[in-house]
Amino acid sequence: MPTDEIVISLKDVNKWYGTFHALRDINLDVRRGERVVVAGPSGSGKSTMIRCVNRLEEHQSGIILVNGTEVSNDVKAVEKVRRDVGMVFQQFNLFPHLTVLENLTLAPIWVKHMPKAEAADIAMKYLERVKIHEQAKKYPGQLSGGQQQRVAIARSLCMRPSIMLFDEPTSALDPEMIKEVLDVMVELAEEGMTMVCVTHEMGFARTVADKVVFMADGQVVEMNTPSELFGNPKEERTRQFLSQIIRH
Amino acid sequence: MAMVAGIGWFLVANTLTNLNARHIATGFGFLDREAGFGISEHLVPYLPSDSYFRAFEVGLLNTLEVAVIGIVLTTLLGLVMGIARLSHNWLVARLASAYVEAMRNVPVLLLLLFCYSLITVSLPLSRNAFNLFDCIFLSNRGLRVPAMIWDDSAVMVVSTLALAVAASFLVGVWARRRQEKTGRYFPVLWSSLGLIAGLPLIAFLATGAHLSFDVPHMAGFNFAGGSTVSPEFAALLLGLVVYTGAFIAEIVRSGILAVSYGQTEAALALGLSRMQVLRLVVLPQSLRVIIPPLTSQYLNLVKNSPLAVAIGFPDLVSVANTAINQTGQAVEGVSIIMGVYLAISLILSFLMNWYNKRVALRGGR
Amino acid sequence: MAESSLLENPSANGWLRGPVDWARKNLFSSPANSLLTIVALWGLWLAVPPAIQWGLIKATWIGDPAACRAAGGACWGLVTEKYRLILFGIYPYDEQWRPFLAVVLFIVMLATAANPRFWRPWLGWVLVAGLVVVSVLMWGGILGLPLVTNDRWGGLPLTLILSIFGIVLSFPLAVVLALGRRSQLPAVRAWCVVYIELWRGVPLISVLFMASIMFPLFMPEGVTIDKLLRAQLGIILFTAAYLAEIVRGGLQAIPRGQYEAADSIGLTYWQKMRLVILPQALRLVIPPLVGQFITTFKDTSLVIIIGLYDLLSSTKVALSDPQWRAFYVEGYVVAALIYFVFSYVMSQYSQYLERRLSAGARRR
Repeated sequence: MPTDEIVISLKDVNKWYGTFHALRDINLDVRRGERVVVAGPSGSGKSTMIRCVNRLEEHQSGIILVNGTEVSNDVKAVEKVRRDVGMVFQQFNLFPHLTVLENLTLAPIWVKHMPKAEAADIAMKYLERVKIHEQAKKYPGQLSGGQQQRVAIARSLCMRPSIMLFDEPTSALDPEMIKEVLDVMVELAEEGMTMVCVTHEMGFARTVADKVVFMADGQVVEMNTPSELFGNPKEERTRQFLSQIIRH
Repeated sequence: MAMVAGIGWFLVANTLTNLNARHIATGFGFLDREAGFGISEHLVPYLPSDSYFRAFEVGLLNTLEVAVIGIVLTTLLGLVMGIARLSHNWLVARLASAYVEAMRNVPVLLLLLFCYSLITVSLPLSRNAFNLFDCIFLSNRGLRVPAMIWDDSAVMVVSTLALAVAASFLVGVWARRRQEKTGRYFPVLWSSLGLIAGLPLIAFLATGAHLSFDVPHMAGFNFAGGSTVSPEFAALLLGLVVYTGAFIAEIVRSGILAVSYGQTEAALALGLSRMQVLRLVVLPQSLRVIIPPLTSQYLNLVKNSPLAVAIGFPDLVSVANTAINQTGQAVEGVSIIMGVYLAISLILSFLMNWYNKRVALRGGR
Repeated sequence: MAESSLLENPSANGWLRGPVDWARKNLFSSPANSLLTIVALWGLWLAVPPAIQWGLIKATWIGDPAACRAAGGACWGLVTEKYRLILFGIYPYDEQWRPFLAVVLFIVMLATAANPRFWRPWLGWVLVAGLVVVSVLMWGGILGLPLVTNDRWGGLPLTLILSIFGIVLSFPLAVVLALGRRSQLPAVRAWCVVYIELWRGVPLISVLFMASIMFPLFMPEGVTIDKLLRAQLGIILFTAAYLAEIVRGGLQAIPRGQYEAADSIGLTYWQKMRLVILPQALRLVIPPLVGQFITTFKDTSLVIIIGLYDLLSSTKVALSDPQWRAFYVEGYVVAALIYFVFSYVMSQYSQYLERRLSAGARRR
C-alpha cells in the first residue's frame, strides 16, 4: 500500500501548444506504491500530462520532480528519469525490425550495459510473467494486438523501473484482447508498482486505483478515491462526463 | 505474335541489305583490329596501336571509375542534405531544400556543361594556377596533386595503414563480443581512429620520417610531374554527384519520416540517448524504405554517366562512339553499349536486392 | 481563451513574441545548432552579396562584351542580344512568331490538361487537335505559311515538341505494355517484361545513338527518316517503358474486388479494362505521370549529343560565339531558369494533385 514518500510531484505545471493552453496549473503528487488513474474526455490533456513526466513533451512553466530529480532541459537528468520510469503506449510502439526478445534486451544492453545473456534471462523472466515466452523469437508483426501490448509492458519492466506510466494502453485493442492486457496490469498493481494510468477502463479504475484524477480542458477538475469520485462526484463537469461514460 | 515476328524479320532483312550495300562486315571481328585513336585518360596502359577491344576496356574502366566514386560521394552528399532538410535549424533546413529544389528541376546535362565551363573558362591558366603550399595546383587544366614515390618507406607507411584498418575491424568484432558477454562498452570509433592515424605515423617516424613525392612544377606552359584530375573527369563527377545527391536527399528524408515518431518516443522512454535512438531504432527501419529507391538513383547515376560524351571524357560510350564512326560497326557498337549497361544494371540491382533482403523486415505486416 | 493564455505566460510562445525568441528557438537552440547557423550565415555572406553585386549592381543589361568587361558584372547583354537564338534556335528570323505561337499553344494545352475539371474524353481530342495545329505552325507549307523544314527547328519549341509528343505518343504504347505485363498469357507477358526491362536498363543516350545511327539501317532501301523524327521515335520507345511501369503501379492499386465485380457482370476483358479498371487506374497515376513528364522534359536536352538544337544546345551555340564565351554563366543561368520554371510549376502541380487525390481517398 502507498507509503508517504512522494515519487512524482507536479507543481503549477503549464504547457502551451502555440496559443493553445494544453495544461493549466497542474498540481499532482504520486506516492510510492500508489496507483493513480487519470480520466477525462479526449483532448483534456491527460496524455500530455503523463508525457511531460518523462519529457516526451516539454512543459513551459512549473516544476516536475521524479524521484527527486527535476525534469528539465538537462539531458542527463532526463535520461536518469527515463531509466526510472517505464512507459506503455496506446500504439504499443514495439520495434518492428527486432524480435520480441531483442525488443526487451535492447535497453538493458545499451543503457544499463548489461551482458547479453543476463539481459536475455531477465527478458525471458518477464515474458513468462506476461505469458508470452513461447513467442520470444517472433517479430512484433506476427503477434496480435493484445500480445504486442503485453510485450510492450514486459519491455518496460526489463529496465526495472520504479514507476510505470500507461498512456491509454487498451484503446487500440480489439475488445476481446483488452482483458489479457488489463490482467497483466492488475497483477502489476498487486505487486505494489507505482502506476499512473490514463485509461477509459472505469472497471479497472474502480478495482485497482488508490486515486482517480479527473481532467478537463487542461485542468485537474477533481481528484478523489474511486468510490468517492464515481459514487459522489463534487463537480458538475465530472458528473456530466460520468453519465456519458455510463450510458455507453 | 505473327505481327511481331513479321516486323522483326522486316527490320533484320533491311539491316542486312543496308550493311551489304555499305560493305560493312557484320560481327565482332573488328574488335581485334588496331584502334588507331588516342584516349586521354586511362587507368590501364593504352596506346593508339592497341586493339579496339583494349579501347573498349579502357572506356569501361573509366565508366566504372566514375560510377564507383560518384556513388560513394553522392550517397554522402545525399545523406547530409536529407538529414539537413529535417534539421530543427531553420536556416540549415531552408538551405538544404533550396539545393534540392534547384537541382531537381534542371537537366543534368546543363549542370555538366556548366561545371565544365566553370573549370575550363573561369579557372586561371596553368601559369596563374591557384597554388596551395607549392604542391597542389588548380587551373583550367584540372587539379594537379603530388604523387607518392613508391620507395621502401612509402610501402611501409601504406601497409601499416592497411594493417590499422584491419586491426580496427578486429577491435570492432572483439568489442561486440565483449559487450555481449560483460555488457561493458568499448569506444570503438575513437580507438579505430587512433589506430588508423597512429600506426602509419609510427611507421613514418620509424622509417626515418621521410616520404618522397613527385611534386608538380611548371614546365613550359603546363605542369610536369604529380598526378592530375582532369577538368573533364572533375566536371563529370561534380555534376553527377551534385545532381543525384538532391534526389538521394529526398529519399533519405522520406525514409526517415516513414519511421513513425512513436518509435523514437518509445526508445527515448526506455532511456536510450538520441544517438542510440537514431542508430539502433530509426536508421535500421528507414534503410528498408530507402534502399529500393536508392538503387534506382544509383542506376540513374550510372546511366547518366555517358553524358561524358558532351564534355569529352572518354567513358565507354564515347569510346564506342569513336569506334562506330571509324568502323561503321553501328549495330555491334550499340549492342556493346547496351549489353554493358544492362549488365551493370543487373549486377547493381542484384547487389542492392541482396542487401535489402538482409535489412528487410522479417514477419512484418 | 487563447489571448488570455498568452497574457498569463508570455514566454510560452516564442513565435508571437518576436524575432529574437523565434531565432533562439529555430536557430540557436543548442551550441551545436548555433555553430551550424553561424557557419551557414558565413557561407551565405560569402556567396550572396557578391552574387547580387555581380548579377544586379555591376551588371550590364544592354551592350557588347567590351562594355560588360568594363563594368565587371554580369553580362545580361548576352540575353538581350541572343535571346531569339536561345529561344528559337535557327528558325528563320522573320518567321519566329510561329514557334512563339507554338510555345504559347503548348502552355495553353498544358494548363488545360492540368485542370481536373477538363478531365473528360474530349480532352484527348483537343490535345491531338492542338498538336496538329502546332505541327502546321512549325512546318508551314500550307495556308500561305512558308515551309520550314525541321532541321531549322530549335530552342524551346523543340524541347517542348520532343517532350510533349514523347509523352503523349508513348502513353498508348505504355498502357498496352502495362496490360501485357499483367496478362495471363506467358508469351505476351514475357515480351512485355523484356521490352520494359531492356529499355529501363540502358541509358537514354545510347537509345538516341541507336536512333540516330541504327534506325537508318533498319529501313528499306530509299526510305529515310529525318534526324528529328528518329530522336522523337527513340524518346517515345524509351519513355513508354518507364510509363508502362507507372501505369502498372496504378493497375496494381485497384482492389481485386473491382476486377471480380466487372467479371461477375459478364464484361469481356477489353470492356472490363476500358470501362472499369483503366478509368480508375489512370486517375491514380496522374501524379507520377507528371513526374515522368518532368524527367522527359529535362532529358530531351540529351538530343544535343546527336546534333539537334533544343533549348540547351541553342544556348550552347549562342555561347560558342568566341566574344561571348566568357559569359557562359549568364547563358546557362537563363536556360536553367527556363527549365526550372517549367519543371518547378509541374512538380508543385503534381504535389497538389497528390494531396487532392489522397484527400479524396480519405473522404470515401
